[in-house]
Amino acid sequence: MATAKRGNNAGTGIAARFDARKLLGNNLTWSVVALVILIALCTIFDPSHEFLSLHWNKNTGGLSGPLITMLQESARYLMIATGMTLVISTAGIDLSVGSVMAVSGAAAMQLLTSGMNVWAAILISLLIGLLLGCINGALVSILGLQPFITTLIMMLAGRGIAKVITSGENTDASRVAGSEPLRWLANGFVFGLPVNFLLALLIVILVGLLCRKTAMGMMIESVGINPEASRMTGIKPKKILFMVYAISGLLAAVAGLFATASVMRVDVSKTGQDLEMYAILAVVIGGTSLLGGKFSLAGSALGAIVIAMIRKTIITLGIDSAATPAFFALVVIVICVMQAPKIHNLGAEMKRRRALKAQAKAVAA
Amino acid sequence: MTSATANPATRNNLKTKSRAKKPALRINTQMIPTIAAVVIFICMIIMGQALFGTYTSLGFISSLFIDHAYLIILAVAMTLPVLTGGIDLSIGAIVAICGVVGMTLLNQGVNSWLVIVVMLLIGLAFGAIAGTLIEEFNMQPFIATLSTMFLARGIAAMISTDSLIAPENNNYGWIATTIKIIDNPKIKNDLSINAGVIIAAIVVAGGYILLHKTRTGRTIYAIGGSRSSAELMGLPVKRTQRIIYLTSGTLAALAAIVYTANIGSAKNTVGVGWELDAVASVVIGGTIVTGGFGYVLGSVIGALVRSTIDPLTSDFGVPSEWTTIVVGLMILIFVVLQRAVTAVGKKE
Repeated sequence: MATAKRGNNAGTGIAARFDARKLLGNNLTWSVVALVILIALCTIFDPSHEFLSLHWNKNTGGLSGPLITMLQESARYLMIATGMTLVISTAGIDLSVGSVMAVSGAAAMQLLTSGMNVWAAILISLLIGLLLGCINGALVSILGLQPFITTLIMMLAGRGIAKVITSGENTDASRVAGSEPLRWLANGFVFGLPVNFLLALLIVILVGLLCRKTAMGMMIESVGINPEASRMTGIKPKKILFMVYAISGLLAAVAGLFATASVMRVDVSKTGQDLEMYAILAVVIGGTSLLGGKFSLAGSALGAIVIAMIRKTIITLGIDSAATPAFFALVVIVICVMQAPKIHNLGAEMKRRRALKAQAKAVAA
Repeated sequence: MTSATANPATRNNLKTKSRAKKPALRINTQMIPTIAAVVIFICMIIMGQALFGTYTSLGFISSLFIDHAYLIILAVAMTLPVLTGGIDLSIGAIVAICGVVGMTLLNQGVNSWLVIVVMLLIGLAFGAIAGTLIEEFNMQPFIATLSTMFLARGIAAMISTDSLIAPENNNYGWIATTIKIIDNPKIKNDLSINAGVIIAAIVVAGGYILLHKTRTGRTIYAIGGSRSSAELMGLPVKRTQRIIYLTSGTLAALAAIVYTANIGSAKNTVGVGWELDAVASVVIGGTIVTGGFGYVLGSVIGALVRSTIDPLTSDFGVPSEWTTIVVGLMILIFVVLQRAVTAVGKKE
């Protein structure tokens, strides 16, 4: 399989031919390959043979088609994966994003049904997400608790908070008048493309600029490598840690709004369920190490789109819902295995082993 | 990570200096979080006893162990990967697939011993897959075991999504048959155990021996301290990693046997979130998630704390929406207290 891929990539450009090995070692390449293969799979096996079709929908004022719905769904993954990338690059983890999504979604729906102005509802639910993120950040940075357990606690508590906000109901705000702006955010179109996807992309780019055009990204990475050493060079690791969890909470709240506003309904136990795992997968597929110290926002964004595409593939191919997790696992395993240096160096490795054997024989003789 | 491992080490050196003066207080600084866990656990039991009056009864203690033997086994299973800085997220899903396969086979009239062997082999197989992905394909343990978790959960759902009830008159229930040690006139004062508790005790003892008395155990701590140093020292890192994930997978299967025997049924959704309960137990027991420090006995205390939180919340009469918040808060209070005790202990 590896040789076939090499052939493909070499055909795409001169740079690829010069640096096939480097390209193979790049995580972005494999995300793109995975995306292309998944789209090809869907195109071939889609029962209606319309997977790649794009129509102009006059009612919504935008394009419509399976790929567009995929992009719409990917917005929420983009948001949580971006926050997760920053947290993971400080050698932490944020397991609470799924629950924070549920909390912000529940808050928005509940406020809307209680008759609040839609912009105020959006603002408040974003602030709640920010607050939960700040609590995580404070516990991790000031008290020095382990990120895993801290955000695990928030994951448990967040589910409960969402239930308390809606009194255990799945609040439905679809009949509330004046909620159009929120609905537009999740389902609307600008220049023919989904608003939420463009908005998510904009936020990813803003975070990227903040990290790469200022010293912010380097500070985050240095905290991930060694907080003590970075403190000695004048960086304040506590502030950085606090900030990344706060950002992750805020972005999770945005994701929660996207997820609930698309149906204008919150499901307190299902909204955002398992999404922390998907976010972590997206981040890892994008080439960020869970050990911290380096990150790639572009990789995570691509990873998020791959995750959305896997989910779309599952729906398009009509895979039995029972088998969904298994299919998901297989795709992830294949992507990660293809990214492994061992596969790329297969030829060199065999040569080295043969040389070692010959050497051993020589020594024995 | 380097600082996390370096910091306590330097503090440890300081401690050794002060230790020389006061030989009476010979407590390893690394043990302080675990000792704090024991102290706070005892406080929890005393509080429960003072408020509700049942927490020190033999019946409560018996049911604490009988109902949560599976969690103790899972906590031991989780301790090994966490000590190396890894994690095994697949244990909850392995419990599900083993339970579903086991109950299906039992209902088809397969010999119960054979069923037990098959279940253990399934756990072993998933451990082997995880170990191979981690060691051969450089996957991070979190992601490798996350994919085996999805895989196991998916296969379990493909086999059956019904609640499978164990047939009567099988030779499987012996694991759950309670044995009364102290028979009191009042049922709540009976001290009883079952084979599941004995299995859990054997697992804990085995975990202790593995970690503290064998070369493999020493290598596990060394990998957690610094994997590259362990490799440079010539320790068999790859082999040890494989052993770790094989063990955690097999122990998860064992937990499935104990749990399904106790409950008498299994479903594909059993064990959702148990991996997180197990991690919580391990962390409460004083193990650091980045690896290198921790004790298997601490994890047992952690599992007991995690199991005591549930009856405490229900005895406080917490409304159902609030349960997860209260459970979260209790773990938080516990971890913060532990942190405080540890900080004070290290200063002294």
